[in-house]
Amino acid sequence: MTVFVIRRMLQALLVVFLMSVIVFFGVNIVGDPVYMLVSPDADQADIEAAIRRLGLDRPILEQYWLFLKGAAQGDLGDSFIFGEPALKLILHHMPATMELAFSALILAIVIGIPLGLYAGLYPDSRISKGIMAVSIFGFSLPTFWVGLMLIMLFAVELRWVPATGRGDLGSFLGIQSSLFTLDGLSHIFLPALNLALLKISLAIRLTRAGVREAMGQDYVKYARAKGLATRRIILVHVMKNIMIPVVTVMGLEFGSLIGFSVVTETIFAWPGMGKLLIDAILQLDRPVVVAYLMIIVLFFVLINLVVDILYSILDPRVRLQDQGA
Amino acid sequence: MRKLTTATAVALGILALGAGAASAEKLTIGLASEPTSLDPHFHNLGPNNAMSVHMFDRLIAQDERQRLSPGLAVSWEPIDDLTWEFKLREGVKFHDGSDFTADDVICTMARAPEVPNSPSGYGTYLKGKEVIKVDDYTVHFRTAEPYPLMGNDISTIPVISELGCNSTTEDFNAGTAAIGTGPFKFQSYTPGESIVLVRNDDYWGEAPIWSEVEFRPITSGPSRVASLLAGDVDMISGVPTTDIETLSGNDDIQLSQGVSNRVIYLHLDQFRENSPYVRANGGGEIVNPLLDVRVRKAISMAINRDAIVERVMEGVARPAGQLLPDGFFGVSDNLEVVAYDPQGARALLTEAGYPDGFELTIHGPNDRYINDAKIAEAIAQMLTRVGIKTAVETMPRSVYFGRASTGSPEGLPEFSFILVGWGAGSGEASSPLKSLIATYDKDAGFGSSNRGRHSDPETDALIQQALRTVNDAERESLLAQATERAIENVAIIPTHFQVNTWAARKGLSYIARTDEYTLAMGVVKE
Amino acid sequence: MSDMTANNPATPARVETPFQRFRAEFFESKIATLALAIFVIIVLLAVFAPWITPQNPYDLAQVTVMDGRLPPGSESIDGYTMWLGSDGSGRDLYSAILYGLRISLTVGLASGVIALLIGMVIGLVAAYAGGRIEAIIMRIVDLQLSFPASLVALMMVAALGKGVDKIILALVIAQWAYYARTVRATALVERSKEYVEAAQCLGISRARIVFRHILPNCMAPLIVVGTVQTASAISLEATLSFLGVGLPQTEPSIGVLIANGFEYMLSGRYWISVFPGLALLLTVVSINLVGDHMRDVLNPRLKK
Repeated sequence: MTVFVIRRMLQALLVVFLMSVIVFFGVNIVGDPVYMLVSPDADQADIEAAIRRLGLDRPILEQYWLFLKGAAQGDLGDSFIFGEPALKLILHHMPATMELAFSALILAIVIGIPLGLYAGLYPDSRISKGIMAVSIFGFSLPTFWVGLMLIMLFAVELRWVPATGRGDLGSFLGIQSSLFTLDGLSHIFLPALNLALLKISLAIRLTRAGVREAMGQDYVKYARAKGLATRRIILVHVMKNIMIPVVTVMGLEFGSLIGFSVVTETIFAWPGMGKLLIDAILQLDRPVVVAYLMIIVLFFVLINLVVDILYSILDPRVRLQDQGA
Repeated sequence: MRKLTTATAVALGILALGAGAASAEKLTIGLASEPTSLDPHFHNLGPNNAMSVHMFDRLIAQDERQRLSPGLAVSWEPIDDLTWEFKLREGVKFHDGSDFTADDVICTMARAPEVPNSPSGYGTYLKGKEVIKVDDYTVHFRTAEPYPLMGNDISTIPVISELGCNSTTEDFNAGTAAIGTGPFKFQSYTPGESIVLVRNDDYWGEAPIWSEVEFRPITSGPSRVASLLAGDVDMISGVPTTDIETLSGNDDIQLSQGVSNRVIYLHLDQFRENSPYVRANGGGEIVNPLLDVRVRKAISMAINRDAIVERVMEGVARPAGQLLPDGFFGVSDNLEVVAYDPQGARALLTEAGYPDGFELTIHGPNDRYINDAKIAEAIAQMLTRVGIKTAVETMPRSVYFGRASTGSPEGLPEFSFILVGWGAGSGEASSPLKSLIATYDKDAGFGSSNRGRHSDPETDALIQQALRTVNDAERESLLAQATERAIENVAIIPTHFQVNTWAARKGLSYIARTDEYTLAMGVVKE
Repeated sequence: MSDMTANNPATPARVETPFQRFRAEFFESKIATLALAIFVIIVLLAVFAPWITPQNPYDLAQVTVMDGRLPPGSESIDGYTMWLGSDGSGRDLYSAILYGLRISLTVGLASGVIALLIGMVIGLVAAYAGGRIEAIIMRIVDLQLSFPASLVALMMVAALGKGVDKIILALVIAQWAYYARTVRATALVERSKEYVEAAQCLGISRARIVFRHILPNCMAPLIVVGTVQTASAISLEATLSFLGVGLPQTEPSIGVLIANGFEYMLSGRYWISVFPGLALLLTVVSINLVGDHMRDVLNPRLKK
């Protein structure tokens, strides 16, 4: 176990290192950040001073070496735009994104699974076909388009919830989140729904497929033969068997929610790290782009590791080992 | 919950109107672009400067048309050729209760150019100026040569307290050092989310009517408009031109518009015999036709500025014939907008030896100016219709400005024909003349944004003379002459002046500013 | 449809080939048939765009701002009718949508095919080589799959810059791992089948086994993954364009048209965003429906 964890951590470090090379050199060939930063009034001498201050006059290899030296000490560089440590900026924006992705995941499960269950049990009913049609649309419509439509409908026309921004923060068990206040919940509803749309469709499809497969399985046939009530068969036996894979897959989709939050955060002016990333990309704030990627890589590698370890604890048949090791 | 607060605010508003006194009223503003810091000396950028005006007064204030008026200095005048004397306002207190004196001015001027990690500081405005404290309420600014623009330069520097002078940018962002003398005080700052300010009840000038102001960055245009329509915010800046027509038909919304100091113009390659993006018909090499003033004139005549304003900008812009709109210092009264004349343009091209035109590429940004990519496209369409077959290449500003300034293999401007904009921060014609028209001279700091490298000794002489002339009337005439000469030589081709639009809920309106700033002090009740 | 195939005298009455069976089952679903028909029509419209549109929206001599923002049915300056109206730059939306579809389909299909080929080769190499090489390859695939494709594409575009070729490259990088995983999973199943063992006993070379026997069996699941990935590539391109890191605006893909139309959504000029949106929706939905149904047909566990 320990060997396994150490090996995986070493692999993770290797991946983070390789990614840092790709992204560092990648973002350094695109555009010129100096002209994004200096005031138009700046004369030639001011521009050269800015280049020196940002260290952009140094050869790229030296810049990378300096970056690596800093990274080894936990310093991923200062944002060109904000002048603050990139790491601090990202960590500051992280909770907003996490609570958004988390809410979207919950919405997807709560809405998607019951609909998928229905569609799986009555595949030929009109309602099921409607559900499946809508889920195809959920897959196919661009998120940004739906986002603005949601704002127009729920915020501008109906005025049920606010259009943009994050609400008041509340504190619960020492965690600060906008999920703990009424104002916060009213703000998060639309962006979470927008972000959840794709995943609702996914949950519907997964559940439906799972139910359809399960209904043909022997244990269901036996249960029917034994005279168990249909309701009990579905709620206890079928659900038990499909919930675990569905929830597992949905959990693994958490990462993609964080990825897509870039779009949702832009539309809903949600102060998360996705918005930070896209702004950093558009304004060539290279340290922030690189730091974001490093953190995300680390984050996903760790999640993978934890999932693998959890599996081995839950299911003794799975042995922790790297193939070929 | 939110509706309730809006209702309360409205009710209070009615009460306040009745009482005619300042009361507890909150204003929420949706901003198109967010300041990058609350440190007023950190980043010389429009949104940062606009935000700092709320908390930090300048020695000299700029009004909504960028005219100078007394701020923390009650007077400023040259006492000899090389010295300007500033008399400071007495009895002014900082937000923490300390007194404002000459020491604060001295340390402000020392810190402003020297903020660590600053992407773009204020050194540009303080170069070559020495500050001397004469007594607690008098300072002198000394220069090596006569310098007429002292007032304009100093009006850009936010004054901080001695406490702030010893603080870091982080201290300002945390609020502990965000102490000025301005009409609003720091309340809270959450980057990406909100900046909250409260009224400074001890303000030396006219007290603002809003007891609390919240600024919320909402960068996506349609989302910003939707937030206003939904009642989340009371006012928004940067209303997209596409939405102006529908908003002006909406009875719940009040629009405020004003021309800005930003001219959108074209630079033409005037320094290369072989320009990389100019080709003969069919793609062969050609001696750069843009060197010929007749060709440049023809291009200017081929552009239908009214069509750009009406069709691309949806009426929200003003056709431009020179570097700044009417009413600014140094504007020429003799210049008219070049009339659209495609036949004349063809005739001039024929005269210059290009009866069948040539091939050209226009480069422009697509995320910098209002509708920039569409303007570039419209210009290309118009030139193509007079025979200059023009391709369009637009790119994000992050890539564009670097290439446009130093993108060629020799470190020279890469493009041949570009769309750019220029906002005159100082509010007078010397700003664009010095940066865009004057001959590129690295050592003197002239022509720093002259990406077409136009060069005319006579225009240079006029500009340099103007920059040494302290007498306002004489300087104004010199600037106007320089502008006329530059336009006559088609140094650049101005197309239009940007007009900015703010939208507020009914009952509020905004005093539009030429510097494009969004200030809570400018939001008034009707 | 299926009856026709079965009764076709040209087809020998004996055992159907797998493809014929697949075809028969596929056309049993009316929705899938309709979706396929729509998709074929869309592709044809895109391919023949230059011959069936009144305007080349990329030729600036044919586009003028004077035609900008005209509602559907207006007449252009050059005399033709703009049935779907025009966008802010004066492009006839009908023409722009068809030309845009060409770019979007090219991006989607090119990135899909290239990613499929790369993923297939890598997956096969893994299955063929086994052992350490397989372990390393699959580790990389797992890692890549743990990152959201949208983020990978976004980072790649940030690092590569704009342009059709760059978007395709970014999408390939974001997607190859899906194919690699599919191929390798199928190959593993096939590898353990008796016919492979038999072939091995006969002394047939490993390469021949992989390419002649295992590969053809991987094609069905690959095509299913391919349809889904192509659809998502087209959507992803639209999303990247919305974020301002997609394709250039002067030669708009369908994604860029929608992203540009986004500005007009509150302006009352519905056609600038709605028509390109519908075109994208039709394209992606039809591909997804076809892919969905192919999966159902190819999944033996759902057989009645």
